[in-house]
Amino acid sequence: MLVEYIPLLIIFLLAFFVALVVQGLGAGFGPRRPTERKGQPYESGMVPYGPGTRRISVRYYLVAVLFILFDIEAIFILPWAVVYRDLGVSGLVLMIVFIFILEAAFVYAWKKGALEWE
Amino acid sequence: MIPLSWYLIFSAALFSIGLFGVLARKNVIGMLMGVELMLNAVNINLLAFWSYLYAGVNGLVFVAIVFVAAAAEVAVGLALIISIYRRKRTVVPDEVDGLRG
Amino acid sequence: MTINDLNTILPLVVLAGWSVVVLLADLWIPKDRKGWTAALSAVGLVVVLGLTLARGGTVQKAFFGTVLVDGFALYLDIIFLVGGLAGIALAYDYLKRMELERGEYYPLLLIAISGMMLMTYANDLIIVFLALELLSLPLYIMAGFARFNLQSEEAALKYFLLGSFASGLVLYGVALLFGASGHTDLPGLVNTMRAGTGNQALFLFGAALLLVGFSFKTGIVPFHMWMPDVYQGAPSPATAFMSVGAKAAGFAALMRVFVTVFPSLSDDLTPILWALAAITMVVGNVLAISQKNIKRLLAYSSIAQSGYLLMAFVPYANAEVSSDSIAAMLFYLLAYTLTTFGAWAVIIQMEQQERRGLEVADYAGLGKRHPWLGLAMTIFMLSFTGVPLTLGFWGKFYLFSTAVEGGFVGLALIGLLTSVVSAFYYLRVVVVMYMQPGDPPVKQNRWVNLTALLAAAVVVGLAFIPGSVLDLALQAVLQLQ
Repeated sequence: MLVEYIPLLIIFLLAFFVALVVQGLGAGFGPRRPTERKGQPYESGMVPYGPGTRRISVRYYLVAVLFILFDIEAIFILPWAVVYRDLGVSGLVLMIVFIFILEAAFVYAWKKGALEWE
Repeated sequence: MIPLSWYLIFSAALFSIGLFGVLARKNVIGMLMGVELMLNAVNINLLAFWSYLYAGVNGLVFVAIVFVAAAAEVAVGLALIISIYRRKRTVVPDEVDGLRG
Repeated sequence: MTINDLNTILPLVVLAGWSVVVLLADLWIPKDRKGWTAALSAVGLVVVLGLTLARGGTVQKAFFGTVLVDGFALYLDIIFLVGGLAGIALAYDYLKRMELERGEYYPLLLIAISGMMLMTYANDLIIVFLALELLSLPLYIMAGFARFNLQSEEAALKYFLLGSFASGLVLYGVALLFGASGHTDLPGLVNTMRAGTGNQALFLFGAALLLVGFSFKTGIVPFHMWMPDVYQGAPSPATAFMSVGAKAAGFAALMRVFVTVFPSLSDDLTPILWALAAITMVVGNVLAISQKNIKRLLAYSSIAQSGYLLMAFVPYANAEVSSDSIAAMLFYLLAYTLTTFGAWAVIIQMEQQERRGLEVADYAGLGKRHPWLGLAMTIFMLSFTGVPLTLGFWGKFYLFSTAVEGGFVGLALIGLLTSVVSAFYYLRVVVVMYMQPGDPPVKQNRWVNLTALLAAAVVVGLAFIPGSVLDLALQAVLQLQ
């Protein structure tokens, strides 16, 4: 029933109020002396350069797509790992075949230069 | 316990949002996201049926396969979009209108 | 899983494995020797064709009954494998000529054929979905293979968006069927349907979603809008291959699922199928009339052919007629495959750089200057129309007669009338070829020529023995049930 979720709701409300209180204290009591440097966007203490909406290299997408593809295959390996003792030798052989097919894709991507940044 | 019908309604709503996204968005990325929403709505549907009604391995296996197929689809789709964007500088299909007749 | 399971689907395993081998081998084949990749792929297809024939049509199940090999699968597999060989023959010279030569085309083709074969084996809706993705994804890439041509990229994008949208619909349908019965395997679904347990509303909704999804894939009106653009934009060999492969695989899935699982829903589904078939035949044929570009013309023609194929579906629940009508559909698929590959072979020889030579007007004088090609194209156009002495005639003859047999005289009449309409645009090509003066530049290539002439010879040759071809199709169907 929904009643079971009431603690969760309380946590959410509490978190919201704490955030509100902290923000309010800072805004109410803290000194406020704006300078030009303080008004700039914060970038880990470095002096910011260029706008934040800079174009990202297309190569980044390539790497990201490759990452998705190889990453998602883990979904087949995880259930296998849970029961691999029961599957015996045939399970091992099958997983090796599966990994080899993945490796074929990896070799293809490598040889095509998809992994080279420059 | 949350009743099964809530999950089904939720997944139907998600599917409809995705459907609307594919049909109404002008931006290809938005359309792609719509397709993904549709596929994930189906996943929720399958998992809900699996966990409430039909314990077994079918539902789980299906969800895993849907995941992988969706990822493969995104990879192909993003590659096509990037390739077309590099030439045409737009991701709005209405502006890519070389084919008419 | 055992060795027996693998042995049952040995042709598919070999083909899928070979596609990976070819993909890797291609990496070490120099850029000016891509003929080797094509040859390797063709050898693989021939070997797999041999394995498939050696396997025969004995009914076998594997992988816990999710995969079923039977005569139906055998018949369609032969169509796909021969289609794959034709696809390679058409592609090699074209890709070279259009400066698109990249070795990936052939492994992609092999993977797509693996998906199509898996579709014919599918005895479980999970496998249906998996096969659908496996055959669609390579086709999206093949449609966009001309990367430096914006039309091709646009075609690929449209095909991809509509295709993945359709996959989503199919998937939702499968999920609902799973929810209705707790089964994704076809025998389990059949049992639930027979027993009357399970949620009937979910069943109907799931079946309708499957129908809509596959209608997108096979180009049935009103889900056909993407077809003309994709057919025109994609490189011609890819168009030829997808127009046969994707369509046949889509119909294979529809056949397997609907005939085995959904006969009891026929009260609701038959009128819908009737309407879809009728409107597809009418719209496809009428819109084709005004087309000037030959690729668009064949796209609309392909939509119309989907309508004829769907016609065989309408009496699917009538047990007395259904095996006949599905045999007629298989027969028609064979005729459609041969005629389509032949026609595209002629179009590919006519196509010039920068997409010139694709208007119907460009065919002026082809019949006089290149009598063999002209004759072949004439045969294909006649076969599409359904004129006697061609395989297309017998295909339509069997389709219409089974429709009448099933009690759908009106539908058969619509088919007949739209065929008459279709003569108008098919024969216009023939008229332009023979009656108008001109000297079209033809890029002859022996493999493409061979495909065109062989297809023409078979289309005419088999028309003399339609009975034995139909017998083959009938055997294929008997083992479906």
